[in-house]
Amino acid sequence: MALAGLFLLLFLPVHLVINLMLLKSDPDPFNTAAHFMATFPLVKIVEIVLIAAILIHICYGIYLQIMNWLSRPAGYAVRNKSETAFFSRFMIWTGASVLTFLVLHFFNFYFIRLGLVEGNAEDFYSVAHDLFSIPAYNYIYLTCFMLLGLHLFHAFSSAFQTLGLNHRIWTPVVNVLAWIYAIGIPAGFAFISISLWLFR
Amino acid sequence: MKLTLKIWRQKNARARGTFVTYRMDDVSPEMSFLEMLDSLNKKLVEENLEPVAFDHDCREGICGSCGMYINGHPHGPVPAITTCHLSMRHLRDGETIWVEPWRAKPFPVIKDLIVDRSAFDKIQSAGGFISVNSGGAPEANSIPVKRKNADDAFDSAICIGCGACVAACKNASAMLFVSAKISQFALLPQGRTEAKERVRAMVEKMDELGFGNCSNTGACEAECPKQIKLTNIARLNREYYKAY
Amino acid sequence: MEKMNSKIPDGPLSQKWTRYKASARLVNPANKKKLEIIVVGTGLSGAGAASALGELGYSVKVFCYQDSPRRAHSVAAQGGINAAKNYQNDGDSVYRLFYDMIKGGDFRAREANVYRAAEVSNQVIDHFTALGVPFARDYGGTLDTRSFGGVQVSRTFYAKGQTGQQCLLGCYSSLNRQIKKGSVKMFPRREMLDLVLIDGKARGIIARNLITGEIERHGAHAVVLATGGYGTIYYLSTLAVNSNASAAWKAYRKGAFFANPSFVQIHPTCVPQLNEYQSKLTLMSESLRNDGRMWVPKTKNDPRPANEIPEEERDYFLERRYPAYGNLVPRDVGSRAAKERCDAGFGVGDTKLAVYLDFRDAIKAQGKKAIENKYGNLFEMYLTITGIDPYEEPMRIYPAGHYTMGGLWVDYELMTSIPGLYAIGESNFSDHGANRLGASSLMQAAGDGYFILPNTISNYLADDIRVPKISTDKPEFAEAEKAARERIEKLMSIKGKQSAASFHRRLGKIMWDYVGMTRNEAGLKKALEMIRELQAEFWKDLSIPGSAEDLNPELEKAGRVADFLELTQLLITDALNRKESCGAHFREEYQTPDGEAMRNDKEFAYVAAWEYAGEGNPPVLHREELKFEEVEMKVRSYK
Repeated sequence: MALAGLFLLLFLPVHLVINLMLLKSDPDPFNTAAHFMATFPLVKIVEIVLIAAILIHICYGIYLQIMNWLSRPAGYAVRNKSETAFFSRFMIWTGASVLTFLVLHFFNFYFIRLGLVEGNAEDFYSVAHDLFSIPAYNYIYLTCFMLLGLHLFHAFSSAFQTLGLNHRIWTPVVNVLAWIYAIGIPAGFAFISISLWLFR
Repeated sequence: MKLTLKIWRQKNARARGTFVTYRMDDVSPEMSFLEMLDSLNKKLVEENLEPVAFDHDCREGICGSCGMYINGHPHGPVPAITTCHLSMRHLRDGETIWVEPWRAKPFPVIKDLIVDRSAFDKIQSAGGFISVNSGGAPEANSIPVKRKNADDAFDSAICIGCGACVAACKNASAMLFVSAKISQFALLPQGRTEAKERVRAMVEKMDELGFGNCSNTGACEAECPKQIKLTNIARLNREYYKAY
Repeated sequence: MEKMNSKIPDGPLSQKWTRYKASARLVNPANKKKLEIIVVGTGLSGAGAASALGELGYSVKVFCYQDSPRRAHSVAAQGGINAAKNYQNDGDSVYRLFYDMIKGGDFRAREANVYRAAEVSNQVIDHFTALGVPFARDYGGTLDTRSFGGVQVSRTFYAKGQTGQQCLLGCYSSLNRQIKKGSVKMFPRREMLDLVLIDGKARGIIARNLITGEIERHGAHAVVLATGGYGTIYYLSTLAVNSNASAAWKAYRKGAFFANPSFVQIHPTCVPQLNEYQSKLTLMSESLRNDGRMWVPKTKNDPRPANEIPEEERDYFLERRYPAYGNLVPRDVGSRAAKERCDAGFGVGDTKLAVYLDFRDAIKAQGKKAIENKYGNLFEMYLTITGIDPYEEPMRIYPAGHYTMGGLWVDYELMTSIPGLYAIGESNFSDHGANRLGASSLMQAAGDGYFILPNTISNYLADDIRVPKISTDKPEFAEAEKAARERIEKLMSIKGKQSAASFHRRLGKIMWDYVGMTRNEAGLKKALEMIRELQAEFWKDLSIPGSAEDLNPELEKAGRVADFLELTQLLITDALNRKESCGAHFREEYQTPDGEAMRNDKEFAYVAAWEYAGEGNPPVLHREELKFEEVEMKVRSYK
């Protein structure tokens, strides 16, 4: 769970950097990057790992959640009021909404490239620009990225804890990085969405 | 003080339970929570009604017997104490207090607020020991232990096995409990010899008994009456990976 | 008188245990598996004995009333555990530890047993360390020790203020190892209802499953009681509220002698009773008296808060009475001095049954930080319980019942007067005389369990290797079970109005008022009278709701209180018989002009072992004369 998650954490900044190219008025850099990502053999291998990571993360996450629910068949009348890592309580729900977005996202882009859905795989720049001009799409997009942020907020440091990587000095550093990451990454994606939607 | 109590009453493991309301008009703020229940029970017995059953023994916060889920908190709203140390001073006059048993699949209710925590003993007997026979021990000072390690081992070893961590955890996970024992032995040279077998056996038993998984939420740490730290869980994870 | 043979081995004191071990009979490993042993109780002695016997290969069955063996009341011991390691190079030795115990016990313990307890103390520390007990350590990685009351060396090993917990968890872990191996079978939530004798030998027990109410028969070749003390006779004590004397009492009624029941230690520094509902008194470690000064106002019923009473109007009564030892007098002396002040009307607090333990001067001299380092957790606990911050105001403390030196009479082999029945730890009488020294209870309990009993029990079981598994179908089991059922039936059928706890509370008050820190003949006789009346009322007006075929805490409590009502009468009989003051037993008639204990070695240098003589008959006294070969009996003085 943690390993797959950490791998996904590495992927997000790469995706963000490529997406930032959408902000340029010239479609070529983005399309070249997208083409490179789609065809370069090494990336192909990473892509397989990535898909595997996503599937493992989702399936294992759902499995664990079901196990966790089963471990308390009778609940409490008064909801738990312990002081806790707040967002960790909702990982399955924030995760599920990210998954919903992912499905939409695959239909819009990935499946086109795989030839499963009709569309121009060589000009994702235009596809993206078209999508960001639809207000509803932006609403969904922004909501999902906010939820992703909540997901990441707990995920980042939690992954280190699960892997047993705990340290007197480094753990607080990781916690700060988690803050920066959980705010920075979704903010970056949201920035693109808002720029393309409202300021173009 | 005047209080309204809503207490979970359940005749036995098979029976269906329900909350029963009791009104208390003469609670002294100097009573402990358990003494308040004692006085309720005294009244019930005098009316020939079955008193509320709850586990308790030393009443000084060390045996780990007592444990009730009070208004959404294992051991009540005050951090770092057991139910027996909860004083009525800590609660408000006129308050409605919900008292529930620990809830977890491996902790089935036996009666009222008493649950079966033998799962904890099973985990301990799976590997929570150092294999040394009486008489076979080396001279105590022949193995020096770093003072820091001895202190850290102590901080982990003070777990009282009350089950509050499981009760608090949204997943009913026993990771804090198991990790406290694993940590105590992992930090001492005496415990290193069997470290791999121990962590494998204890984790396997924990999973087999139906405890949930750790999602690093930290409710266990927040509610632990002995303030056992989450860092123990990280250490358990580390020890577990090392064992494979 | 065969029953009173204490079986002390010949030879010089320091050689007795070695000689005994060399000559005791052994049981072949193949035969051990066929021999069953029952251990009742899972404290330091019970869990220790069960694990050691399991390691040897015996088939062991262990019983405890708690939900887990880890909850036995050894868990609550705070200060430490003594051993004669002499790690400090301060002149300690087995002999010195032995001598301190004999003297601390006011020369009323058996020399050979005490010496042996001191002798095995070092093995206990080695073993606990190997089991992973996180004792405090020095920077070099070696074990640290601290000083404790009444001695001049530093021999107390400790794990902060939770030494008992850590030692118990060590025992629990070794017990778990045997449970996994299959040599020990654990029966939690069981209460022993009776002992089963076959041909005069202990061959099993009747137990009640506290969850289902089932009455069970368990057979064995030998039975070991490790059931602790009976300090809860005072209702309010430092013991766990469910601690009880029932197992030992049942053994007494089956013929085991009860020795020195009147020797009960009252600990001076406990959180006093705050209200009439109180169920428990919490101990505040003896170590506090290193820096705290005990005082009361010089004026009776002084209404001013402690901090407003000026220095010259304070009576530091311990420093005044015992200038040499001051606040560090032994427990029995300190407790009596506090009681004397309160009885004279100088007590403080709402109840006027408390004295101050003041850290003002220590905080002034050493700084708050230093005091916090030493006693931080105790101060916090005090604040949690009372709501009073001891950094700002003096603590209010009062003595409370704590430990029972008396218990089942045992010989050198720790066997009671019933063949095959052993008593270890606090449940026996043998090592602490009339007053126990701090940090020696953990030492004795663990020594008995791990290192003494496993060596002595084989000497008995060697005769039993041809005895097949004890069948629980024998008529003796049926009879004992029937008697146990009848007693439950009798308790359940009273159908009166009062709870068992309310009787217990009243009994406790009688005991505390008349049979507490000081006693006198008239008071003892009055208490005996009152307890008999209370007992009659109990059997007429007890209320137990619910059924016996179910988890029923009221029934459990009722059985225990019924036994306390009998045991306390024996205790008073013993206190009346012992016309001297020694250790914790202070008879007001026998004191020096300045109020100190006056021992009578000529007439009372013996162990009073009481034999049950049947319902309604006075118990029979057997005397075991105490012979001191190595030490000379002296008068203890702390002036």
